[in-house]
Amino acid sequence: MKKYAPFLLLFILIIFPLVIQNSYYQHLMILVLMWVVIGSGWNMIAGYTGQVSFGDAAFFGTGAYTAGLIASKLGLSAWWGMAFGGFTAMAVAFPFGWICFRLRGAYFALASLALNEICRHIATIWEDLTEGMVGILIMPSFLSKIPYYYIALALAVMSVLMVQIVMNSKWGYYFLSIREDQDAAESLGINTHHYKMISLNIAAFLTGMAGSLFMNYMGFIDPEVVFSLHDISIMAILVGIVGGVGTIYGPVVGAFVMVAVHEFFRTGFFGFFKGLAALTGSEHLTVAAKYIGQAHVLGFGILVVVVILVLPNGIVGDWGKIIRKVIPMKTKGVTT
Amino acid sequence: MIIFKVENLVKYFGGLAAVNNVSFEVQKGEIFGLIGPNGSGKTTIFNLISSYFPVTSGRIYFKDQDITAFKTHKICKAGIGRTFQVVKPLGRLSVLDNVIAAAFARVQTKHEARDLALETLEFCGLAHRKEILAKSLPIGERKRLEITRAMATKPELLLLDETAAGLNPSELDTAIDLILKIQDRGVTIIIVEHIMKVIMTISDRIHAINFGQTIAHGSPEEVANDPAVIEAYLGEEYAHR
Repeated sequence: MKKYAPFLLLFILIIFPLVIQNSYYQHLMILVLMWVVIGSGWNMIAGYTGQVSFGDAAFFGTGAYTAGLIASKLGLSAWWGMAFGGFTAMAVAFPFGWICFRLRGAYFALASLALNEICRHIATIWEDLTEGMVGILIMPSFLSKIPYYYIALALAVMSVLMVQIVMNSKWGYYFLSIREDQDAAESLGINTHHYKMISLNIAAFLTGMAGSLFMNYMGFIDPEVVFSLHDISIMAILVGIVGGVGTIYGPVVGAFVMVAVHEFFRTGFFGFFKGLAALTGSEHLTVAAKYIGQAHVLGFGILVVVVILVLPNGIVGDWGKIIRKVIPMKTKGVTT
Repeated sequence: MIIFKVENLVKYFGGLAAVNNVSFEVQKGEIFGLIGPNGSGKTTIFNLISSYFPVTSGRIYFKDQDITAFKTHKICKAGIGRTFQVVKPLGRLSVLDNVIAAAFARVQTKHEARDLALETLEFCGLAHRKEILAKSLPIGERKRLEITRAMATKPELLLLDETAAGLNPSELDTAIDLILKIQDRGVTIIIVEHIMKVIMTISDRIHAINFGQTIAHGSPEEVANDPAVIEAYLGEEYAHR
């Protein structure tokens, strides 16, 4: 049963846009698939290799701007970004990793946070190239969401497969060894700096690809969107943590949950507060409804605390624990 | 044949000489004991050999090659394996995966690495524990895992850092058996040890240091009867009885 679950999921995902014609749900699913890609990348460097990164937006934004600039400056199709976005993100990751992998643990995480901010500022200030805060607007290639959906699905499947293949190889064992004990890893003949670089570049490549997809799909980017600390970098970490750090399907589950949570807050609990305000005519509730949409970062924070307390290994990592919690409840329900 | 040699090894931590002008040569195939009281610099010498920190001065040679400036991972590839006094298991990996990760130092495919790992686990007597997470092993078996992992990198020279410390008497005997078995495979061993029963029974030659300096070297009997060694371990008054 467990063996066939991924194929079942893939089948459902393939027929999804044919069954569900509502473009809002299709939009959400495209975002979920995009986050599977980014989450898989984050999982590679942070979950498996143990080098926690707070700077995924640097790679995401680079990929997005690559696609955007190819369209706006070179006049080519932004889809060329899908070919180059991953590599430009690697071009950012390479010097960063080369220098900053001399740092360990929290210090590396802080450096990656700095990388995020540096990229955002460059994109904001270098107006000749990036148009600064004005952003880049391109014409979407397709009116329907279905082509985007299948491209995103292909990318997501590729990411999951890539992580699976890498983790079954020598590289995978080396990444895990580095996570568990860097000194021991060195004594086993593992060039830790070299393999951390490989891991980071795989992560950057996937994240950059996701960024290029985002540009093509959304048609508009600006530095605040694609280099956003909380909406990209922190969200990537949450996808990883909620789904399960260091598990192949963790980012898949995490992406579903986090996109839902993000949307839940963005719409003010699916319009619950707005409805309540209209119903009661209360002014306070109207104000609350306005702010609750912007409070999703607070919601993320609370979610992290809850997940770490209840499911420290994420949903996939603690799946056995969840099942054990649920099944006794069921049997109790039957007997009474 | 001399397989390994250190010449005038010096290491300063700030103003403190942790290792001061130590030289020794190790013959191929022998068990070479390194002894000394706590803080005398034994583990520091190991860390210098495996390049965890750079030497202040001096040279290290392995198979006539100067390896002083090699990085840690290259030392392993060159054929020097080591264990850690404070064990460093890859905690959330299974025992088998720990050894597979090590085996990749010599083979490329997962299949070969698995075969080499299983064979090494069998050789070191840890095969029955292979599915267990390394962090849930008791200390005796963690020490054994350290040796197994080092052996999976197919070393020609093995540095054992207090692999017998904290073992009970029966574990001690199996540990001694294992070390002798490794020697039978043609692996040269340098062993740091506090337990005299171990070091005196298995060493071919012993090098004693105190405060980072050589105080005696020779056969186990010679070193055990050396006044400087007795003084270092028991105090001055015992040395002249």
